[in-house]
Amino acid sequence: MRRYFGRKLLVYGLTFFVAVTINWMIPRFMPGDPVSSMVARTGASNPAAAETMRVYYTNLFGFDQPLWKQYVNFWGALFQGDFGISIWVFPTPVTEVILGAVPYTLGLMIPSVLLSWVVGNWFGAYAARRKVLDNTLLPVGYVLTAMPYMWLAVLLAWGLGVVAGWFPVAGGYSFSMQPSWSWEFILDLLHHWVLPFASLFLVALGGWAIGMRNMIIYELESDYSNYLAALGAPQRLIRRYAFRNAVLPQITGLALQLGVLVAGALVTEIVFSYPGLGSLILKAIQNQDFFLLQGTFLFIVLGVLIANFIIDIVYVVVDPRTRAGMAGAAA
Amino acid sequence: MRNRVRIMIPLLAAGLLAAACTSGGQTPAGQASPAGSAPAANPANPNSLPRNETLYTSGTQWGPPANFNPLREWDYATGTEGLVYESLFHFDPNTSKLVPWLAESGSWTDDKTYEIKLRQGVTWSDGKPFTAKDVVFTLELGKMETVPYHNIWEWIEKAEAVDDQTVKVTFSKSNYQEWDFQLYGRAIVPQHVWEGRSEQEVLDGKNENPIGTGAYKYMSHDQDRTVWQRRDDWWGKTALKMEPKPRYIVDIVNSSNEVAMGLLLQKGMDLSNNFLPGAANLVKGNFGISTYYPEAPYMLSANTAFLVLNTTKKPMDDPAFRKALASSIDTKKIVEGVYGNLVKPASPTGLLPQWEQFVDQSVVSEKGFSFDIAKAKKMLADAGYRDRDGDGLVENKDGSKISLNLIVPSGWTDWMESIRVIAASAKEAGINVTTDFPDFNALVDKRSKGDFDMLINNERQLSNTPWTYYDYMFQLPIQKTQNTVNFGRYENKKVWELVQQLDQVKTDDVEGMKKVMSEIQEIHLDELPIIPLWYNGLWSQVSSAAWKNWPSSAEGTPKTAPTMWRNWLELGGFETLTQLQPAAS
Repeated sequence: MRRYFGRKLLVYGLTFFVAVTINWMIPRFMPGDPVSSMVARTGASNPAAAETMRVYYTNLFGFDQPLWKQYVNFWGALFQGDFGISIWVFPTPVTEVILGAVPYTLGLMIPSVLLSWVVGNWFGAYAARRKVLDNTLLPVGYVLTAMPYMWLAVLLAWGLGVVAGWFPVAGGYSFSMQPSWSWEFILDLLHHWVLPFASLFLVALGGWAIGMRNMIIYELESDYSNYLAALGAPQRLIRRYAFRNAVLPQITGLALQLGVLVAGALVTEIVFSYPGLGSLILKAIQNQDFFLLQGTFLFIVLGVLIANFIIDIVYVVVDPRTRAGMAGAAA
Repeated sequence: MRNRVRIMIPLLAAGLLAAACTSGGQTPAGQASPAGSAPAANPANPNSLPRNETLYTSGTQWGPPANFNPLREWDYATGTEGLVYESLFHFDPNTSKLVPWLAESGSWTDDKTYEIKLRQGVTWSDGKPFTAKDVVFTLELGKMETVPYHNIWEWIEKAEAVDDQTVKVTFSKSNYQEWDFQLYGRAIVPQHVWEGRSEQEVLDGKNENPIGTGAYKYMSHDQDRTVWQRRDDWWGKTALKMEPKPRYIVDIVNSSNEVAMGLLLQKGMDLSNNFLPGAANLVKGNFGISTYYPEAPYMLSANTAFLVLNTTKKPMDDPAFRKALASSIDTKKIVEGVYGNLVKPASPTGLLPQWEQFVDQSVVSEKGFSFDIAKAKKMLADAGYRDRDGDGLVENKDGSKISLNLIVPSGWTDWMESIRVIAASAKEAGINVTTDFPDFNALVDKRSKGDFDMLINNERQLSNTPWTYYDYMFQLPIQKTQNTVNFGRYENKKVWELVQQLDQVKTDDVEGMKKVMSEIQEIHLDELPIIPLWYNGLWSQVSSAAWKNWPSSAEGTPKTAPTMWRNWLELGGFETLTQLQPAAS
């Protein structure tokens, strides 16, 4: 057991190191110089003042140091939880910017990932046994899963937001609200949350349902199911075994899906101008905000790694073969 | 073992479910917390702003409101200057006159001395009185090198407070034009709050909870909005007999034009200063949305889009070539085809319609250019640019190929279309122009280093004086990086001297200004280092759902600028707020 997790942790550690390094490299090799565009934005009409500012900001962000030193400093600051100062939202620290956005993204991601997984699996397993459902609702699932996130999001925003007027089209909460602990505010928050959530949930749902339905059909036709049926075991029992076997690949799929969903959340947040991490990434790229970009990517890398680690643990719990493998290795 | 597993599965399922539920349940809590401190600070504020007392605006702020520092003129939260901090004067573009604001009056007592009389009874929002010391302090902040108006100390000798209500400014060189620009553009900050701040704090400080003299005070902000609340003890109510009508102003951070359009259509926004490509259809299509003019060009003009030529490169160092290029540009096609008449073609001088009186028509009719392919071809041939290899494109005088790259930022769709039109018509005249759309920052980088052939720029706005435009076109000396002016690195000492001379003409001496400007226009049109293309609009779409009496060309409506853009509140944007009326009444 210890060796299994030891090996896993080592792999995760390596991945983390490489991801962070790439993360640090990419913005620095993008064309353009963030400081000069920052100074250009200031519109300082006096060339001398512009030059002073330029020198000042180059020092402030440490761009005057050699690359290797910037890299070392970066790791040093990282372990102190310091991601630097955002260039785009200057002079706000990156940590503060990210912490403001994280609740929105998690509030969208966690429910949509988990609920779509639970509902999708349940629905797929159910549809595998009902011809009518299989013939009617599953094609809908195919359409949903083939749909790009943003397209569904735009459809929802236009249809339910602009045309029907049932839901707001932008923002995390109404522009007339002040954040508070009142029911009014929480309801308003949920009201704004529904559409972005629905677009993520629906697209993911179709994929899970199809996967589960195929797996169940496969398992129900495998030898052990037929053998159990021949022994006269009740249909309920067979289905339970089939479900347990069918759910294993789905768990792996869940882990893989997490990374993709971040991208999905990105476009969704942009369409609904929902103030989460996705909007931040886009803005950070557009404004060459190295520090913000690093911060958000790092956060996502960490998120995906942690999620995968949890799935690893879950796997040990749900799949006896993993445990048997570990016992064998230990012996 | 097997039993344990059997127990663990439901346990795990329960755990997963619980995780799903708690994370779902915690969402509102987590979301509320980052901004949750705001209402705690102002417990008397209502949770929800009443619609009939709130003005929703957008189109100025493109990132989260990061600071309330009026010295950061380029990225302070919308309204920091104008709503909270005020200037000594406002400027009325319709009458071309300074309007006394914090100052009661101001005048030149002799050629080198300007005396400002301040109003009585103006208070900062913390209750302290506003005095001449604050004005002197603000001007002297400019002595710090990184403060954007540092350059005024190159021609101001000293500023002193004679008494509480009088400021005397002594000049070493009287730049009358530039000084008027400073008078309405400079936000006055309170000495008692700002004193003792280090240079870094002054330049980079967030200045949370700004203390100003203005009609509004800070209420709250979040990453997608800033909320201002009206000050009922504002001095202007008695002194100016004006009161801005909205009790609250919520400025919404732009994410995209689509979202802005959606909010307008949902009646959730009253004033959108975004460029909305289909604005003409919105106005015509009975959506309750209107613009300044009911028909083309729909908007007031705000700035001029110029084609900037890098005059250090061949063949753009040759005035004859530049003039031929100017004649080859089909501006009409851009105005009609790309903008659907939302903009107007520019005068060959580039001066905005508001400055029309300064255009010397005789110079323009003699030396001005217009779209004429045949003429462009002839000009090229006369100057020695001939097509030697028969590909329909002219070569340099030495026979080398010409290939000019015209760039605009990626994603600026109207400009991207425009430069395609320019490239096509230039090719017709025989000039090989290619187009490219680099990322905005990459473009800024190339622009400041002079590493480009041609680009489009419109960064100078309407102001009290055409001097700001000529400063932008001809400023010398050329630096290693040209960040804001003279991107084309055009060097002409004579015209720069004339520009400085214009600066020293008194602003009420219209004839004197015309005389110098006529000379400048002559050189500009002879040399054409920068080609005026069209006037960009003061993008402004308003909805009458909650507020009416918006400025428009119709009779009986205000004629001020309907905008919240930076530095425009002093150009009439604030006055617009005082003219609004609730739609229900």
